[in-house]
Amino acid sequence: MENSYMKTAASPMRARWRTHGLPGWVQATPYSLVFLLFFILPLGLILAVSFWDATEYEMIPAFTAKNYLAIFEGCSNTAELCVSFKTYLSTLKFSFLAWACTLGIGFIVSYFLAFHVRSSGMQTLLFVLCTIPFWTSNVIRMISWMPLLGRNGLVNDFLLSTGLVAQPVEWLLYSPFSVVLAFVHLYTVFMIVPIFNSMMRIDRSLIEAALDAGANTWQILWNVIVPLSRTGIIIGSIFVITIVMGDFVTIGVMGGQQIASVGKIIQVQTSYLQFPLAAANAVILLVVVLMIIWGLTRLVDIRKEL
Amino acid sequence: MAKIDSGSTEHVSSTPETLEATEATNPMRRLLLKGTAGILAAGVFPAIHAQEKLVLRYLGTAVNQDKAIADRFKADTGIEIQYIPVTTDEVTKRAVTAPNSFDLIDTEYFSLKKIIPTGNLLAIDAKRIKNADKITPLFTKGEIGGKKVGDQGTAPKKVMFLEGADSKKFSATPTQFMTLIPTVYNADTLGIRPDLIKRPIDSWKELLNPEFKGKAAILNIPSIGIMDAAMVVEAMGLHKYADKGNMTRAEIDLTIKTLIEAKKAGQFRALWKDFNESVNLMASGEVVIQSMWSPAVTAVRTKGIACNFQPLKEGYRAWAAGFGVPKSVKGRKADAVYEFINWFLDGWAGAYLNRQGYYSAVLDTAKAKMEAYEWAYWMEGKPAAKDIKSPNGDVLAKAGALRDGGSYEQRLGSIACWNAVMDENEYMVRKWNEFVAA
Repeated sequence: MENSYMKTAASPMRARWRTHGLPGWVQATPYSLVFLLFFILPLGLILAVSFWDATEYEMIPAFTAKNYLAIFEGCSNTAELCVSFKTYLSTLKFSFLAWACTLGIGFIVSYFLAFHVRSSGMQTLLFVLCTIPFWTSNVIRMISWMPLLGRNGLVNDFLLSTGLVAQPVEWLLYSPFSVVLAFVHLYTVFMIVPIFNSMMRIDRSLIEAALDAGANTWQILWNVIVPLSRTGIIIGSIFVITIVMGDFVTIGVMGGQQIASVGKIIQVQTSYLQFPLAAANAVILLVVVLMIIWGLTRLVDIRKEL
Repeated sequence: MAKIDSGSTEHVSSTPETLEATEATNPMRRLLLKGTAGILAAGVFPAIHAQEKLVLRYLGTAVNQDKAIADRFKADTGIEIQYIPVTTDEVTKRAVTAPNSFDLIDTEYFSLKKIIPTGNLLAIDAKRIKNADKITPLFTKGEIGGKKVGDQGTAPKKVMFLEGADSKKFSATPTQFMTLIPTVYNADTLGIRPDLIKRPIDSWKELLNPEFKGKAAILNIPSIGIMDAAMVVEAMGLHKYADKGNMTRAEIDLTIKTLIEAKKAGQFRALWKDFNESVNLMASGEVVIQSMWSPAVTAVRTKGIACNFQPLKEGYRAWAAGFGVPKSVKGRKADAVYEFINWFLDGWAGAYLNRQGYYSAVLDTAKAKMEAYEWAYWMEGKPAAKDIKSPNGDVLAKAGALRDGGSYEQRLGSIACWNAVMDENEYMVRKWNEFVAA
């Protein structure tokens, strides 16, 4: 071996690169630099700023916990929840509702695509259909609900004209309902893609084997398909939950600016130049989201499954 | 937020830099072009010269950034205006954090308490502003027709002048160095849908009247919303503020508590942050009574929907905006900025704004550019002799109609308070977040 290397190249090092590629650390360097510059560094800055002090118009480098204390002010009161807890609770509630709905719909759609549609051409076509809503901006997709759901909107017009209700239904718009509806509309695709992908990789002979062993449809679904597509389910869940936890635009527009979310609070604080306070909030939000993701990855070893 | 706020049309132009970049690849062609341009410029437009085209980046809110004004200014002077429309809060944020990102700022006077201490704005030399001495005394002395008006909050006269060219301190008396040159101002009140309310409204307390449960809205810009709320609290007889524009912590608590109680009872249909949102809420009938701005009322009316900018017995909450110049602007660009400001006060723009229901800073020059019947309707509170049209030709009021709130003196004379930044601003914003979260 050594001899043949010597013959083909001047330096043994270069020869090894030619057959095995560049060493791992060289290959990883560009991405590491990007990661360092655009992720680790800004994150470090946010962490640092969250301990700074600030006035109306300037930030003062310092090391103070007062931003964190301000966020949790009044949280020791057991009679009534403090604003921060209430806001997190409301944000978590929306995350859970959006997650449950997108999972339900996403799973059914993926199941249909993967197991009921036989031809791969048709599968691709229907899959592309699912992504059509993504061809317009998400703000437009949200706003287009308004003429439909408003007090004088199409839905209310219909209900009134058929005599189903005597007064316009108020909870259709600017309510938790409209917020969840918009989330489901916007983010179901993030569930469909990974779940569909996992389902396509299930070996069909396993289903046949289950059938031969006498399993009914529900047993196959619950004992074969769900466990084998859980990687997709977890990845989709991570997408949806992290997006909804940080959202402030959808909640603002669909909730009539009346519903609190952690993202909204951060946005208000930055627009009032209270960057240290906003940074502290962002750090807390990050910790909460990381904990959720950590919990989810306990359920399945994503690296192994991929 | 910025994404959904761009209600107005941004004036996009191909910048000279991009042209240069493509031409640089072909030096011969570039030379030829330059030569031709030189000849053309010298022969046809001797005033412009063969210089790089000037573009002024104008930072402000969408409400004030009218395409017609930029077009007219370009036709008059050849200088291009590039609008950067953002929300009220975002204007302040940019002025503090990114003063190089614009050449001209159109901001509210109350923001100055945050911007001036950063030293990012240049003091405007009154000697270079032709009509400086004709600016309405509302700004310089806080008077209308010789009478003092309410000065609670950040009244413009408190922050209009600086002590010196490089000073960061406001001067109590007029000096040569101005912070902002006023562009528009107005006295805001509640907007109502008279066709859906069907009874007279004469007090701020009606905003929280349970009669309008689920049909009221308040604006979600804390520093302005808190003032509207304070007007309501005072009208309800709950508390008399020493200065609504500078509340104590106890006063903030009380005001927010009142809002939270109303919100929990389902009083508000929505809160709004962008002026277009308030137009939609009102026009669609989702809301029948709400905090509103005058161009929003005009916008609802031009859709043929009845909407009043209702004068109330407790008076108005006033605001004022003006042009400021960032320190980074120098040389020809600085000259162009001064040229724009002078042009703005020269009458055409003032007349345009007056026809939208705003008030312009220099009244004489605007009067010269308006028809006599228009001036009588908008400024003197007289019945319209002919149909009143908006600047783009829609009918706003039929012949015989009266303007809400009467004449200039009547309306601005009833100012109760001004938009403000309080000493307890951080606490107020925190409590406001509590209201939103409740």
